[in-house]
Amino acid sequence: MLGLLFVTFFIGRVMPIDPVLAVVGERATQDQYHAAYLELGLDRTLVVQFSYYVWDVIHGDFGMSLLTARPVSQDITRVFPATMELATIGIIFGIVLGVPLGVVAAVRRGSWIDQIARVVALVGYSMPIFWLGLMGLLLFYGILGWVGGPGRQGIFYEDTFPSVTGMILVDAALARDWGAFKDAFSHIVLPASLLGYYSLAYISRMTRSFMLEQLSAEYVTTARVKGMSEWAVVWRHAFRNIRVQLITVIALSYAGLLEGSVLTEIIFSWPGIGNYITTALLSADMNAVLGGTVVVGLIFVCLNIFSDLLYKIFDPRSK
Amino acid sequence: MTTETQTLREWLLSETPTSRRHARLAAFYKGWLTLRANHMAMIGLAIIALLIGTAMFAPLLAPHDPFVQDLAFRLQPLGTEGHILGTDSLGRDILSRMIYGSRITLYIVALVVMIAPVAGLLVGTIAGYAGGWTDIILMRITDIFLAFPRLILALAFVAALGAGIENAVLAIALTAWPPYARMARAETLTIRSSDYISAIRLQGAGPMRIITKHIWPLCISSLIVRVTLDMAGIILAAAGLGFLGLGAQPPSPEWGAMISEGRRFILDYWWIATMPGLAIFTVSLAFNLLGDGLRDVLDPKDSTS
Amino acid sequence: MTTLLDVDNLWVRFPNRTGVFDAVRGVSFSLGRERLGIVGESGSGKSLTGRAILRLIRSPGIVEAGHINLHGENLLEKSEAQMRKVRGEKISMVMQDPKFSLNPVMTVGDQIIEAYRLHAKASKAEAYKKSVEMLEAVSIRDADRVMKAYPHEMSGGMGQRIMIAMMLIPNPEILIADEPTSALDVSVQGQVLSIMDKLVKERGMGLIFISHDLNLVSQFCDRVLIMYAGRIVEVCEADKLHEAKHPYTQGLLGSLPRFDAPRDRLQVLTRDPAWREAPSVEARL
Repeated sequence: MLGLLFVTFFIGRVMPIDPVLAVVGERATQDQYHAAYLELGLDRTLVVQFSYYVWDVIHGDFGMSLLTARPVSQDITRVFPATMELATIGIIFGIVLGVPLGVVAAVRRGSWIDQIARVVALVGYSMPIFWLGLMGLLLFYGILGWVGGPGRQGIFYEDTFPSVTGMILVDAALARDWGAFKDAFSHIVLPASLLGYYSLAYISRMTRSFMLEQLSAEYVTTARVKGMSEWAVVWRHAFRNIRVQLITVIALSYAGLLEGSVLTEIIFSWPGIGNYITTALLSADMNAVLGGTVVVGLIFVCLNIFSDLLYKIFDPRSK
Repeated sequence: MTTETQTLREWLLSETPTSRRHARLAAFYKGWLTLRANHMAMIGLAIIALLIGTAMFAPLLAPHDPFVQDLAFRLQPLGTEGHILGTDSLGRDILSRMIYGSRITLYIVALVVMIAPVAGLLVGTIAGYAGGWTDIILMRITDIFLAFPRLILALAFVAALGAGIENAVLAIALTAWPPYARMARAETLTIRSSDYISAIRLQGAGPMRIITKHIWPLCISSLIVRVTLDMAGIILAAAGLGFLGLGAQPPSPEWGAMISEGRRFILDYWWIATMPGLAIFTVSLAFNLLGDGLRDVLDPKDSTS
Repeated sequence: MTTLLDVDNLWVRFPNRTGVFDAVRGVSFSLGRERLGIVGESGSGKSLTGRAILRLIRSPGIVEAGHINLHGENLLEKSEAQMRKVRGEKISMVMQDPKFSLNPVMTVGDQIIEAYRLHAKASKAEAYKKSVEMLEAVSIRDADRVMKAYPHEMSGGMGQRIMIAMMLIPNPEILIADEPTSALDVSVQGQVLSIMDKLVKERGMGLIFISHDLNLVSQFCDRVLIMYAGRIVEVCEADKLHEAKHPYTQGLLGSLPRFDAPRDRLQVLTRDPAWREAPSVEARL
């Protein structure tokens, strides 16, 4: 955790952008410059600076964003739900299709369905996500007009219902504004299924290899000797043994989606954390970049801890 | 002499190698035969060979100079006379730019592949072989890097170092080495405790010799598989950075940057962004296919087919 | 003796890159209410023979035979669904290592109850009661606690007794025991064997005991088949094993150390390629 902060801090310090200049502007006098220099605490040693930074972060203070002139923490609470909404729908898509596909591919190894699963995964691993997003926009929005364009909702629906969770689908449902819900859904369906496709590729591949390993285990033969149907052998015995590994994969892939949304969010002008970090980067808004990176890193770590916890619950051997 | 009546093929397939080199060549040849039987891997290999050829002979193959602008001829569609894949917003020939772009892609991949696996191998084997505090410290560092989302870390690095191809390479390499280190360490740990390493140590071999002569060669095959499979990821990451404007800078014909340029015209002039995307897809697919095939040959224990 | 099972000209084949590998090559034998031992070295096809009877050879493996008759019904002609009625209920199998043959994430109880309820219409409570009785029958004390335990909490000997209980609970007529004691501690091998022996005798079952251990088989079985390279090279009564005629059997016996006749050097088995080609011996009753 501390290491995480250290790396971001380090990146912040080696930035060839002078943070003081960024605060006071190009035309500041020498005195103004020096005052700002002291105020930012840059005269102190790196160790002291680092401990201040850690202290602030622990208290949820990432400093002010130069771009939005608001505290970074506030910005993040505003943009984060958008990313979460996107990634959550994406991962649901990935699990619902990826797990059964992987299981069937393993059971019917070498069959046409296994080949399809293989192609689906290979294409997912090889396709540049931003390009696929562009093509999706072109086809489904530009040509067919089936889905909403970039952004989270149409202008017509903006601010027509109260924001409670920050996730538009949830908020619209809470406000029983089904027109807005439908509109928001038409905007999210394309980027979310795109992200979902990437997690589908990963999840189905991993599920398949876990299942292959379990299906060759002796206890599967035992189950067959008992006279169980193939369906029961696969789902009640083999699948039960991969649940634990699968949870880790899903957690990892969820974290990956939060990150993978960077490029997707830009393509779809989605006001999420990836978009926020990138915009901040391009305008050298270092506090925002560091804050965003730390938050994403934190989520990574939390998801890891969470999957470890689930591991303990589901695997009797770890007790 | 029987060897004279033997064909080269028989010599390579003989069950009783006569020398170390013979055994090594025979193993290599048998691996090649297995790989050759895998059509998908061969398609991948062919595409990669084609890519290398294209990059080498770019000036001969490209019908136009990739940098010459012709504003009178901007945004021409596919199949225009003299511009098969059309022209971009500055009237440059898209096909020529793509051909030259293959050089940049290969350059990035080659550089990253020279840095990341080597660094990972070094860190991993040293940590695994030395054990104790060295191991703990090196692995903690690796874990920190692994804890970060890769693309965001690369973004932050590029932002810190400044945009450009070399910095993009460095950033990708910095985010790519930890998995190699993990893998090399795991392999080292299993090899280290094996009996033949003890035997070598008893013969008086020092740690340097053991690591370079006995541990590295055994890590290589799984490393090669991993690298080939990673190459697709490297290409995608480089293109992603290029797309964000953090990789190769205009006017350089990097594929990701070309998509980014074409993005503005996507709804009306779709081919500008489509063509370089297809190129990225084809090349990374080729690396994935080859990597899959190589894994079946070199690492049969977790083969997928 | 009535014949329970009759296997005629059984082949098990595995296609590979260079052609087809024949793992079992034309084996014929029958089984009554007796204890039949199948002995052979690794790769002789003895385990595959056992699995082929249950039709558990997965593709790409191919099983061919004139017939595999159970009470005169050919198992090879049954559909997969009919076969499921045979497995467990008529023929059951105990495998080598309980560490791998029990599902690690299900409790022992769930696994035994499942085996029972697949073939008997019983409520959960009845099945539980029956399972506890069965565990007690394999000399497990504290059966209630074992029912709730996970396989990794059991020792090897316990695990194998659980396995036997699980396989015998649907009351099959034939039990195939595939190296049931090879993975166990020498000290518990005898115990597990005697429990299995007792149950098999009490229920009047047929037992196919697959092992590489000639001594064990000769003590434990009534009749012994000796397999080599996918064929049966010799059949004899277990107590007359020492009168075996085939050079392979003699060689195997000669390479075992004996307390009653100590030697300075054990004999090394020399193989005659002709053994491979000699036709399979019929081992019918």
